[in-house]
Amino acid sequence: MYQYDDYDRKIVKERVAQFRGQTERYFEGSLAADEFLPLRLQNGLYVQRHAPMLRVAVPYGMLSSNQLRRMARISRDYDKGYVHFTTRQNVQFNWPEIKDVPAILEELSEVEMHAIQTSGNCIRNTTTDQFAGVIANEITDPRPYCEIIRQWSTFHPEFAFLPRKFKIAVNAAPDADRAAILVHDIGLQIIKNDAGEIGFKVFVGGGLGRTPVIGSEIRSFLPEQDLLNYLDAILRVYNRYGRRDNKYKARIKILVKAMTPEKFAEAVEAEWQHFKESEARITSDEIARVKTFFTEPEYKALEDLPADFSLKMAENPEFANWVQRNTDTHKRSGYAIVTLTLKKTGTPPGDASDKQLEVIAGLADRYSFGEVRVAHDQNIVLADVEKSRLFALWQEAKMAGFATPNLGMLTDIICCPGGDFCGLANAKSIPVAEQIQVKFDDLDYLYDLGELELNISGCMNACGHHHVGNIGILGVDKRGDEFYQVSLGGDSGKNAALGKILGPSFARADMPEVIEKIINVYVDQRQEDELFIDTYNRIGMEPFKERVYAKAN
Amino acid sequence: MPKLIKNNAVQENKWQTLPKDAELDAVQEHSLVPLQLFLNNSEMLLSHSGIGVWLDSDEEPESIVPYLDRIQLIAINFPKFVDGRGYSYARILRDRYGFKGEIRAIGDVLHDQLYFMKRCGFDAYAIRDDKDAEAALSGLNDFSENYQCAADEPRPLFRRRA
Repeated sequence: MYQYDDYDRKIVKERVAQFRGQTERYFEGSLAADEFLPLRLQNGLYVQRHAPMLRVAVPYGMLSSNQLRRMARISRDYDKGYVHFTTRQNVQFNWPEIKDVPAILEELSEVEMHAIQTSGNCIRNTTTDQFAGVIANEITDPRPYCEIIRQWSTFHPEFAFLPRKFKIAVNAAPDADRAAILVHDIGLQIIKNDAGEIGFKVFVGGGLGRTPVIGSEIRSFLPEQDLLNYLDAILRVYNRYGRRDNKYKARIKILVKAMTPEKFAEAVEAEWQHFKESEARITSDEIARVKTFFTEPEYKALEDLPADFSLKMAENPEFANWVQRNTDTHKRSGYAIVTLTLKKTGTPPGDASDKQLEVIAGLADRYSFGEVRVAHDQNIVLADVEKSRLFALWQEAKMAGFATPNLGMLTDIICCPGGDFCGLANAKSIPVAEQIQVKFDDLDYLYDLGELELNISGCMNACGHHHVGNIGILGVDKRGDEFYQVSLGGDSGKNAALGKILGPSFARADMPEVIEKIINVYVDQRQEDELFIDTYNRIGMEPFKERVYAKAN
Repeated sequence: MPKLIKNNAVQENKWQTLPKDAELDAVQEHSLVPLQLFLNNSEMLLSHSGIGVWLDSDEEPESIVPYLDRIQLIAINFPKFVDGRGYSYARILRDRYGFKGEIRAIGDVLHDQLYFMKRCGFDAYAIRDDKDAEAALSGLNDFSENYQCAADEPRPLFRRRA
């Protein structure tokens, strides 16, 4: 994992001092509220429905056990004893006082954490695959490139006041896209060219929100040394020409659409030519230096299926279920990637208490070299667990409530904080998630249904990524009442697709039944090994529509 | 008249920004002339000393490139401080066209943006009238180290890291 050096420490320290000064000027009145607003946002501080919310950056999702323990302490000392993991691998404190934020930042800086650019119209935290570095077939570990982007984007002086927020995601898996790069402002797919050199396929203008768009490819191969200069060129074109008259039309996707991806690509190339060979070009020394922070831990040489592990699998079907659902194949034999789910029924998706954070920190120390990753589906990953120790880990995780074996299933819901917390939301989202989790609590039935992504957003800003859920639920406001619109067919992976709206929206109380009818259509119509999304793609919207809106007779 | 920060000190501001619809007869020594008026009368205006040009945030810096070696001062307007186009304009004038004269930030120019402006090539800042320019001075030095290159430092940190 990346370790700060004196430069990084200095920059983060100076940020804490800067923000302390800004907060003081705000309270004494020399900094007006509307002048403080973009400054506090660029430090992750929102003023929400009930209280401020502080979003802390988790660069590309990596956390150490020390950082988890510090977050637990902060949540106890300054908050209500829990945190919320977001769909962009960050973490949020929901109830801090504005006056305490400089002290919280100080505490975070002691464990190499910060809230820099976690909100506001600037370049946000770069995200990637939660299995980076440990999944078997990736082209190369994407994290060194994410760190290089992190440094470049941190306090980039030219791009602190963009037309709108800007999100970059990197994927290095050739056959899957757990980072959802096609719905980011810039999506970078790491590839190798025929000469075996590493580079990027560059997509721009993807995004969710009010106008969901799948990103367009503007460059088929960008050599790794050119990454930062090329990003500079994209950002400069956007900073100059992105719309600033209407915040709903200000994202880069609108500019790319208006110019057409071809013309946009030409403008970027033209801009890039001016400084392509400048000193901003990344050196191979720098790439090598950053890579040294992401070397492999001290893996043991292990047989892939230790006898005691196979035995436990055979003896204990509950354990076997969990292994099947909640672990992934590691690149090293005898190791597994474990996902601890934060989706237990009755708990808001992505929430973790201070005690739970400490339990996770302990598990990380004892089972996975002291590190965890935050996944975009709001779960926590222990990336390097020995298979022979999975049974012991499972027992501990079960006690702590992290072993609900529903990963990737209907009840592993992605959900925004919604109207319970967020000032923007039209409707609550957490109670809908809970209703569905309660309705579908039979695990055998869930396994039979197989992988199915259900995503819920409380408003069209789409923090719950409802457009790319196989089933998407969007909270809407109808004359002051909360209603829910359902869409089907979304997909956030390699075959990224935006869901289509099923029809008129529903009252909250009807939602579990609506979902049940949709599921029943799938169960009736599926062929052999078809997943929900496959059946939908084959039979289309009509059969679902007919069943859900059929008149009772 | 807005107070001016230049050379790390608050100074008297001799320059007067002419409105966009100003006509030629309004121009005098130390006038900041709006872009269109300047382009329409460039030869005449450049023959006088003590004339500057100001660009609004939606006006292209490329339009004054032919005159750069004869312009003493370019002001870039920030209609609202959250309109960040001016940062790119300053970098283009400095990095691409090597403009050596003064680049001055005018308009909604505040303490907390000065550091970024300085990095992008601004070297004078007309602080908004109602703000304390002395207090804003410290904003030029919020940070002592930077990761990325900019107009003030052509080498990114990775080429300088010890």
